[in-house]
Amino acid sequence: MRRRHNETQGARDVAVTGSGGALSRMISLDLAVNAIVAGLLLGGFYAAVTVGVTISFGMLDIVNIAHPAFIMLGSFVAYILNSNFAIDPILIGVAMTPVFFLVGMAVYQIYYYAFERRGEESIQGLAFFFGLLFVAEVALILVFGVDYRFVEAPYIGPSLHFGFVDLPLRMLIPFLVSLLMLAVLQVFLGRTFIGRAILAVSQDRLALQLMAANPSRVKRIAFGISIATASVAGALLIIIQPVEPSIGRDYIGRIFAICVLGGMTSFPGMLAGAILIGVVESITATFYGPSWAPAIAFGFLLLTLAVRPAGILGR
Amino acid sequence: MGAARFWIVSFVVSLAFLVLTRWGISNEYYFFAAYQVLQFIVLATAWNILGGYTGYTNFGTGAFFAVGAYTAVVLHKTTALPIPVMMLAGGVISGIVGFGMGYLTLRLKGVFFAIATLALAIVAQTLIVNWDYVGGSRGIYVIRPQYAPISGSYIQYLYSLMLALTWISVAIARTIERSTLGLGFNAIRDDEQAAEAAGVPTLRLKLISTTLSGALMGMSGAPLPYYVTYLDPASSFNLSYAVNSVAMPLIGGMTSWIGPVIGAVLLGTIQQLATVTISSALNLLIVGVLLIVFVVIAPNGIVGLVQSRRRARRR
Amino acid sequence: MTGAPLLEAGGVGKRFGGFVALESIDITVAAGERLGLIGPNGSGKSTLVNCLSGTLHHDSGSIVFDGRPIDGVPAYQRTRLGIARSFQLPKPFRSLSLIDNLRIPLLYTVNARHGAHLAGPAIQERCRGLLADVGLADKAYHLPRDLTQVEMRKLELARAVASAPRLLFADEAMAGLSPSEVEEILAVLFRLNDAGITIVLIEHIMRAVMSFSTRLVVLVAGQKIADGSPQEAIRNPEVERAYLGE
Repeated sequence: MRRRHNETQGARDVAVTGSGGALSRMISLDLAVNAIVAGLLLGGFYAAVTVGVTISFGMLDIVNIAHPAFIMLGSFVAYILNSNFAIDPILIGVAMTPVFFLVGMAVYQIYYYAFERRGEESIQGLAFFFGLLFVAEVALILVFGVDYRFVEAPYIGPSLHFGFVDLPLRMLIPFLVSLLMLAVLQVFLGRTFIGRAILAVSQDRLALQLMAANPSRVKRIAFGISIATASVAGALLIIIQPVEPSIGRDYIGRIFAICVLGGMTSFPGMLAGAILIGVVESITATFYGPSWAPAIAFGFLLLTLAVRPAGILGR
Repeated sequence: MGAARFWIVSFVVSLAFLVLTRWGISNEYYFFAAYQVLQFIVLATAWNILGGYTGYTNFGTGAFFAVGAYTAVVLHKTTALPIPVMMLAGGVISGIVGFGMGYLTLRLKGVFFAIATLALAIVAQTLIVNWDYVGGSRGIYVIRPQYAPISGSYIQYLYSLMLALTWISVAIARTIERSTLGLGFNAIRDDEQAAEAAGVPTLRLKLISTTLSGALMGMSGAPLPYYVTYLDPASSFNLSYAVNSVAMPLIGGMTSWIGPVIGAVLLGTIQQLATVTISSALNLLIVGVLLIVFVVIAPNGIVGLVQSRRRARRR
Repeated sequence: MTGAPLLEAGGVGKRFGGFVALESIDITVAAGERLGLIGPNGSGKSTLVNCLSGTLHHDSGSIVFDGRPIDGVPAYQRTRLGIARSFQLPKPFRSLSLIDNLRIPLLYTVNARHGAHLAGPAIQERCRGLLADVGLADKAYHLPRDLTQVEMRKLELARAVASAPRLLFADEAMAGLSPSEVEEILAVLFRLNDAGITIVLIEHIMRAVMSFSTRLVVLVAGQKIADGSPQEAIRNPEVERAYLGE
């Protein structure tokens, strides 16, 4: 049995930056403001992590619990190329999207033939993705070990200062990239033929068949896109915090919590959910200690699911 | 074979197995390994009562297992109870958690339930990480009593207890399978509304299923502190318990009590061999890959393969 | 033919969010009756059946079965009291053989009632009898996926009847069937009624409803607009306008 050391390191990093280095737990104004600002930035990044699941789970009804594994893959691709060729991690993340897109299409193809076509999507389909998550994680451990890896870029380190508010660039840049990606996807879904077809699939499969489009082809493309976002999200993740293979699973609950909170299918709802979780986690980490942060998203998820399965912000 | 007969026959088989192994094997290692395999049989059988019979996927096996283990830790620190009593206590506490999880089924069907169980596991882990009395995230050392209450070494004692629990779990599963209760579980798995309309008190049955499943998992976790002598949250809540307890019934076959047993013996043995000969990370990779391969190619597991071959021969 | 009221519902209302699915429906079913419940798509027929049989909970009004209020009584309890239903889309227990499909209501309903406990062989015999009644005896050990559509409807009815009900809601038991198959199902329903089971038939096929029902209730947009003998009901101008007359 493998033991995970220091699993809350990521959250602690965020807390440290969020509190401007002050580890005091005293409730003071600048601490609170910094925690909220850090939470906002973190939430924006969470949106990048979640958008893929909003597409696959929310719109296509495919419960891809292996999404965090693809994000890890994205992080490690960024790590390899950055450490060997000193390429900018964000550039890598964007440049690798076609590869991830193809991988996503291939995974959907297997899923389609093995489960969707047979109409056996329930336990077996879920177990398929669960297995995928696990295999990806273990494979990464076999190759890279359990050490934390990080990337180097000019914006990792410096911060902008506005009065007592700190804006660390390694949080700000991912935040902006994430919003940009959301905007691009939103435009793509609304303005292009294939994008509208994806939205149609999410609403009514029959309607799409009447449009004479092939739903499984549309879903394959959409699933490819959802995995492609993991390339970018993975690059952003390794900018924000050092990464080791098993931190991916900390994101399972977070991702689904945000997706459900945001009402499953809407990007703006999802962004609001992401920022809510980010801010609450950041405040918790600052004032109660980072070891409580992982439970926040899950606590929210349990509450949301129990009280209002349709999501707090959606429908 | 009637239920009473099965209890007797399986008891005799277990007893014979116990005597043979205790008499014929002197190498301590084999008892360590056999304990693991038996523990997996209990976990897989317990998981299958809820997942296979009743149709609710639980990804939180690790939580129930660890709750049992930590119950034992608390009792170890406060009392000097014998381990069988601790197992009962662990079963009661995990059973209560399972009962609570059963109420989630009121609101959550299918994947939402599965995701909620994942969330439940992380919340439970966070609570333990922050509970210093049981060692927090650092973990805790548990000193074994010098002598086992029965003849033989301490590990042989633990092995005997796990064998007894295995016998009880398998006999319970077999009894349920052939009973009115089991038929009611199957009805819920196939269609909850139709089950209710046929007079099945679905909520009560689901609560029985989650409680029983959780209690057995907790019982199998209670001896863990004495087995490992060092317990920490990262290893006791390890996701590998969830993956194994999902993979074993799926690979063996979920519709019959023998499925999880076959799956657990097969995967458990492979993992023991792989741990010794290759590496412990690789054995988890094997589990994951086998899980994926089986759900894609043989969704009804080994038992399903045998059944369909038999059916084909009859035609 | 008809006797004292078996089921009396007063002011039953149900809304989904802002959408009013049922608006204060009064409906009475007399013992032994064959009641037809008709209405256009989305008029609330299935919602009404769901509320009366306990699959959904009504928001307002009261339901009395056999002199006993059953508001808030869960569906499985209502089945045990004697209210059975079939589903519009057949919901067989897919992984169980036909005979096990019928065993469930026998074990959980008939055996749960006072004074009636069937042993294993008696249950087996009863299941076989029920399957023979709907012409499925030779498929007792098949899985539901081996059945044709009409056979699936028959299984759905047989499972409802297996709970030995006093009142049966047959929700679109004939949708999608050919005329001769409709006749088969109608024959089964007539036989059940002769055996003393009160039947509420929810149906689109007018010919079937007209030949089966002794009384018709018409729902339109969640409101009851007619209640009376079949001839009277369909001559009602409101019904003609809203339902038949386009």
